Amino acid sequence: MKYIISGILGAATLGMVATAASAGTLEDVKAKGFLQCGVSTGLAGFSAPNDKGDWQGLDADFCRAVAAAVFGDGTKVKFTPLSAKERFTALQSGEIDLLSRNTTWTINRDTALGLNFVGVTYFDGQGFMINAKKLPGVNSALQLSGAAVCVQTGTTTELNLADYFKANKMEYNPVVFEKLEEVNAAYDAGRCDVYTTDQSGLYGIRLTLGAPDDHVVLPEIISKEPLGPAVRQGDDKWYHIVKWTYFALLTAEELGITQANVEEMKASGNPEVKRVLGTEADTKIGTDLGLGNDWVVNIVKSVGNYGEVFERNVGQGSPLKIARGINALWTKGGLQYAPPIR
Amino acid sequence: MATQDIPQDVGGGRASLLYDPKVRGIFFQILVVVALTAFVYWIIGNTIENLKRANIASGFAFLNGRAGFDVSDTLIQFDSDSTYKRALLVGLINTVVVAGAGIVTASILGFLIGIGRLSNNWLIRKICTVYVELFRNIPPLLVIFFWYFGVLSVLPLPKESIELPFGSYLNSRGFYFPKAVWGEGAWLIGVALLLGIAMSWFVARQARQRQMATGATFPVFWTSLALIVGLPLLALVATGFPVSFDLPQKSTFNLTGGLQIKPEFLSLYLALSFYTAAFIAEIVRAGIRGVNKGQTEASSALGLRSGQALRLVVVPQAMRIVIPPLTSQFLNLTKNSSLAIAIGYPDLVAVGGTVLNQTGQAIEIVVIWMVVYLGLSLITSAFMNWFNAKMALVER
Repeated sequence: MKYIISGILGAATLGMVATAASAGTLEDVKAKGFLQCGVSTGLAGFSAPNDKGDWQGLDADFCRAVAAAVFGDGTKVKFTPLSAKERFTALQSGEIDLLSRNTTWTINRDTALGLNFVGVTYFDGQGFMINAKKLPGVNSALQLSGAAVCVQTGTTTELNLADYFKANKMEYNPVVFEKLEEVNAAYDAGRCDVYTTDQSGLYGIRLTLGAPDDHVVLPEIISKEPLGPAVRQGDDKWYHIVKWTYFALLTAEELGITQANVEEMKASGNPEVKRVLGTEADTKIGTDLGLGNDWVVNIVKSVGNYGEVFERNVGQGSPLKIARGINALWTKGGLQYAPPIR
Repeated sequence: MATQDIPQDVGGGRASLLYDPKVRGIFFQILVVVALTAFVYWIIGNTIENLKRANIASGFAFLNGRAGFDVSDTLIQFDSDSTYKRALLVGLINTVVVAGAGIVTASILGFLIGIGRLSNNWLIRKICTVYVELFRNIPPLLVIFFWYFGVLSVLPLPKESIELPFGSYLNSRGFYFPKAVWGEGAWLIGVALLLGIAMSWFVARQARQRQMATGATFPVFWTSLALIVGLPLLALVATGFPVSFDLPQKSTFNLTGGLQIKPEFLSLYLALSFYTAAFIAEIVRAGIRGVNKGQTEASSALGLRSGQALRLVVVPQAMRIVIPPLTSQFLNLTKNSSLAIAIGYPDLVAVGGTVLNQTGQAIEIVVIWMVVYLGLSLITSAFMNWFNAKMALVER
């Protein structure tokens, strides 16, 4: 029933809130005094509440970075946990200002859904996880014909799964749930043989299972899953703020600006660093964006640079221990690349 | 109308129009209609305008697009190449099937328990009371979870399936049983079955007419049973058993072959049936209690046994009280079937939700949901109203 209500509410708010939304998201956010950020209902490493109820993860930290850019204070965020199915309606209807919820960037979502993706905060791909103890001898996704596969509804995962099995002429039996916790519980209970979602997600979910060591992630990656934050269409100013917050995180890492040294770096003689941190004489970069000139300083102060955010939430500083891989900076052979801030 | 009951103004013909109750009534009705129309017009206009501003495509054209996802339980041919329209149809059929099966089971169970609550046997009466109080006071979602997590998911995995008679198996993936594969000449069996049903109906009619005319009874039940079971059996023998069975086999992951009833369907069906049966039992009990005790006494005075009195005198009269509230229970069951989403049974709401998310057409999908549930409810009501009219007291 909940999603019907949220659908109707979404439809109704589309009808009513629009006058308010047309004032510009930045002004709305400033007037409210906080950023309303849509996150997942709990995916370790990306957005999940810790034991104190604070949201942790790469996606949650991106919300904080945007709040820091706008308010100079990364704590001015309110998180809205959303299921895969609720997320777009929540953004379209204006219930949230920013969707930062391990969401795959696709052309359909960018065009027909009225969204704008700002970039790729995590390059991912879809994988499969099985219980190796119960299914010894299965070491490739191509051996999965006839299996029952647990999957979350309303995701690109569901579509890739159908494509992959069809392309390889294999049969499968989808077991579809709306919420991540329901999928996890069904897989853990043995309702299905295989769990499929983004590989980063599989590593996170594996840790939450009853006996994590029994489960293995199969080597195949069957899709491109560029995960990134999205905003509503039709508000270029807000779109630019969110997009350049992401680029600022990358640029800070590239220039070696960290949470610890950002104050010292302000006194740096390097013109590029000075320009990024807004200490250049008569700089207009921040104000042109609609923010203060110290916006990058605020971002880095509150969450650190992209590398720090990555390592803390999904990398070596986290239980997930995911290697940077293609998410390294372009200078280190990865895909993360920011246009120049000048 | 009741206008003549209202005292007229003492001023007679000179009374102001403002105080004429008839004029005032019409005025306010027009006001309400205009306000309502304006409100609806404003909502629709505003929504369309804002959808346009947000660059969200609208309209129902997306229904012809390729779905791209698979659905676990399908009664009609469906794969990822089918359209969204067909996906929604699959969901609708699943909803109708689970609601239909639930209504039949809940009615049978409800009638038995309702009559059981009035039994003279202390144990039966108490068991039925406990059943009603238990299921009536638990939210339906919990009953669904009870069946799904409490009963069906603790069954063994496919490799350790419980073997049942006739080559069927029970495990945490559902209930598997052999599928009949009909060979050549099998159509004759179907024809025999239809013939049996038609002949039974005819026999029943003849028997009733004879009883009306002469008072002599005829064993209609046993004759019908013989016709409906016997004729197809005869055809089966005559055609030389043109049927083979596709048995479920153990494979790497699951059992393959045969037919499978998935635990999602089973738990939803059982939960809806058990939950609604508790309410139907209460309605039936109220209906039977609502029939005057004199009727039962008169029946026994006429020499009817208690079973006959119940079947021929009490229940037909109780039906008149039972049918109208029964309709609401049927509607409730149909609507409660949307709780399927919690356990992943692909009913209309679950499949619609997937379509909604893959296409982003929230308003259109919500409209489809509302229209379909409204339609199902109206059809059920119309049928029950017809049935009610048929059962109503005919005054002679």
